[in-house]
Amino acid sequence: MSSILFFEQLLNGIQFGTMLFLMSAGLTLIFGVMGLINLAHGSFYMIGAFSAALIAGLTGSFWLALLASLSGAAIAGVLIEILIIRRLYRRDHLDQVLATFALILLLSEGVRWCFGAFPLYLDIPKNLNGTLLILDDIIYSKYRLFIIFMGLLIATGLYVLITKTRLGVRIRAGQNDRQMISALGVDISKLYTIVFALGASLAGLAGAMIGAIQSVEVGMGEPILILAFVVIVIGGIGSIKGALIGSILVGVTDTIGRIFLPELLKIFMEPASATSVGSSIGSMLIYILMALILIIKPSGLFGKT
Amino acid sequence: MIVEKIFNKWILVFLFLIPVLGFIFEEPYYITLTTKVVILGIAGIGLNLALGYCGLISFGHAAFFGLGGYVTGILSFHALNSELMFSWPFVSSGSSDMLVIWPIVILSSAFLALIIGLLSLRTTGVYFIMITLAFAQMLYFFAISWPNYGGEDGLSIYMRNSLPIINTMDPLTFYFICLCWLLIVIFISAKLINSSFGMAFQAIKQNEERVKSVGIETFKVKLLVFVISGTITGLAGSLYTDLNRFISPSVLNWQMSGEIMVFVILGGIARLYGPLVGAAFFIVLEQTLGGYTENWQFWLGLILILEILYVRTGILSLFEKKLKYEK
Repeated sequence: MSSILFFEQLLNGIQFGTMLFLMSAGLTLIFGVMGLINLAHGSFYMIGAFSAALIAGLTGSFWLALLASLSGAAIAGVLIEILIIRRLYRRDHLDQVLATFALILLLSEGVRWCFGAFPLYLDIPKNLNGTLLILDDIIYSKYRLFIIFMGLLIATGLYVLITKTRLGVRIRAGQNDRQMISALGVDISKLYTIVFALGASLAGLAGAMIGAIQSVEVGMGEPILILAFVVIVIGGIGSIKGALIGSILVGVTDTIGRIFLPELLKIFMEPASATSVGSSIGSMLIYILMALILIIKPSGLFGKT
Repeated sequence: MIVEKIFNKWILVFLFLIPVLGFIFEEPYYITLTTKVVILGIAGIGLNLALGYCGLISFGHAAFFGLGGYVTGILSFHALNSELMFSWPFVSSGSSDMLVIWPIVILSSAFLALIIGLLSLRTTGVYFIMITLAFAQMLYFFAISWPNYGGEDGLSIYMRNSLPIINTMDPLTFYFICLCWLLIVIFISAKLINSSFGMAFQAIKQNEERVKSVGIETFKVKLLVFVISGTITGLAGSLYTDLNRFISPSVLNWQMSGEIMVFVILGGIARLYGPLVGAAFFIVLEQTLGGYTENWQFWLGLILILEILYVRTGILSLFEKKLKYEK
C-alpha cells in the first residue's frame, strides 16, 4: 500500500464527508430547533440535483445550476414546511417518521412523474475538469477539491451565521427554549420556516454537486440520507459541531475502510476470502462505528444528555 | 369496541373465503395475494407488539424479516444443492423441511433481537429509532456484499420447502399453512397483551418511571417484548421466502422497515388486527392503483400523510363505536 493511494483515499473520504456535512447540518438544525425527525431531507437533495440539471440543460451554465439547486430546494422546503411539516412539530416521533416517510414516496414519485425514470447528467464546468498536482506527487481531481473547498466555505458560513448574526441568536435561542423566545416576540413560525428552508437548500446544493460526479436520478437522496442520520447520531443530535466532526469521521471511515480492510485482512487470510470478508465488513463499518459510539455515549459525541 | 370485534371476525371469514373462491374460480393469483397479506400481516403483528403496545419505535424490523428470510433461503439452498453448509461443530448440509427450518428461524431471529435489543434499548427516543435503523442497514450491506448467497442479485430456491405428508407447492395448501401461523401469532399476542407481563409493557408505553417505581425491571420487560416482536417478524420473513421462492437484500432495506411500520399505522396502532388490515389495504392499493398508474406510491404517500395528519388512529378506528364519555 503506497502512501499516495492512502492520501488520495483520505481526500476522497474528506470530500465525501463535506457533502455529508451539507446534508447533516440541515438535518441536525431542524431537529435541534424544531424537534423534528425529517426523513424527507433526502428528497431535497434530489430536488436540488434535478433543479440544477434542469437549469444546466436550459442555460448551459454550471454556476446558474448551483444557484438553481439552492433556490429550488429552498422553495420546495418552504412550500412543504407550510403545507405539511408545520403540523408535525407537536406530534410524537412516530408520526414524524411516518409522515416524512410518506413525503419521500410523494416527492420521489412526483419527480419521476415530471422528469421520467431515466437518470439525467450534469456536466462539470470546463475549468474544474481535470486534475491538479498537490504536494509534488499526488494528483487529485480539481472538481473534488472544489467540493471540499465549498464544504469548508459553507461550514464557515454556517458558523458565522449561528454565532454572529441575529438570526443565529434566534436559532440558538430556539434550540434552548422555544416557549421563551416566542414569548419574547420572535415570530416562531417564520423562524421555523427559515430554518427548514435553510436546511433544504444546503441539502439541495449537496445534491447538485454530487449529481455532477454521479447521476441525477430518483431515489438518489435516500442512501445519503441514511448516512446523514448516522452522522448526526454519532455527532449528537442538534449539534452542528457534532455534525461536522461526525461527517468527516463517517466519510473517512467509509472510504478508507472499503479500500484498506480487504488489504489488511490479506495479512491473516487467503486473498479470495479476505476480499469478500473485507468488503462486507468495510461496507458495515460506519454502522458498527455508530453502534459502538452509542453504546459508549448513548447521546452521541456532542449530544446533550 | 364491539363493532371492531365483529369486524375482526369478518376479517377472519374473508381470509378463509377469498382463497377458497380463488381456488374454485381458478384464479391462483388471488390466493398468492392473500398469502402475501397474511405473511405481511404476521410481520406487522410482530412489530405492533413492540411499537404499538410497548412504545418501542423500531425502524429496523426489516432486519428480522430479512434474517428469517435468509436463514430459510440458505438452509434450503444447501439442501437442494446437497452442498455442505458447515462442518463444525457438527456437519450440516442445510434442510428443506419446514419443521426443521422454523425452529432454526425462530431461534436465530430471537437471538438477533436479543443482541440488537441489548444494545439499542440503552438508548431512547430518536436515538433508539436511529440505532435500530443502523442495525438493519448493517445487515443489508452485509447481504449485498457477501457473495456466497447471491449478493445483490439475491438467492433463488427452486423448490418450496416441504412438510411431511402435505404438498406445500400447492398454493392453497401453502396459504392455509400461513393462515395457521397467523392464527397462532394472533392467539399468542392476545394472551400476551392480557397477561400481567402485557400490562407491564403497555404501562411502560404510558409512563416508564412509574412502572419502575413499583419494582418492575423495565429494561428486562422491554427486552423480552423486543425479542418476541423480532421473532414473530422473523417467522414472517421465513414464510415470505417460501412464498416467493426467492430472497434478496431488498427485504432488509430500510424501506421494508418503513413498510412494516406503515401496515401497523394504517390499520391502527396497538390493535390486534390492525397490521393485518393495514397489510391488506396496502396490497389492495398496490393492486388497484398499480393497475392504473405506475406512480401508485404517490397516492400511497398522499393517503398516509392525510391519515397521519387528520385520522390519526388507523382504519380499524373507523369501526370503533365510541363510548359516550369518549370524545
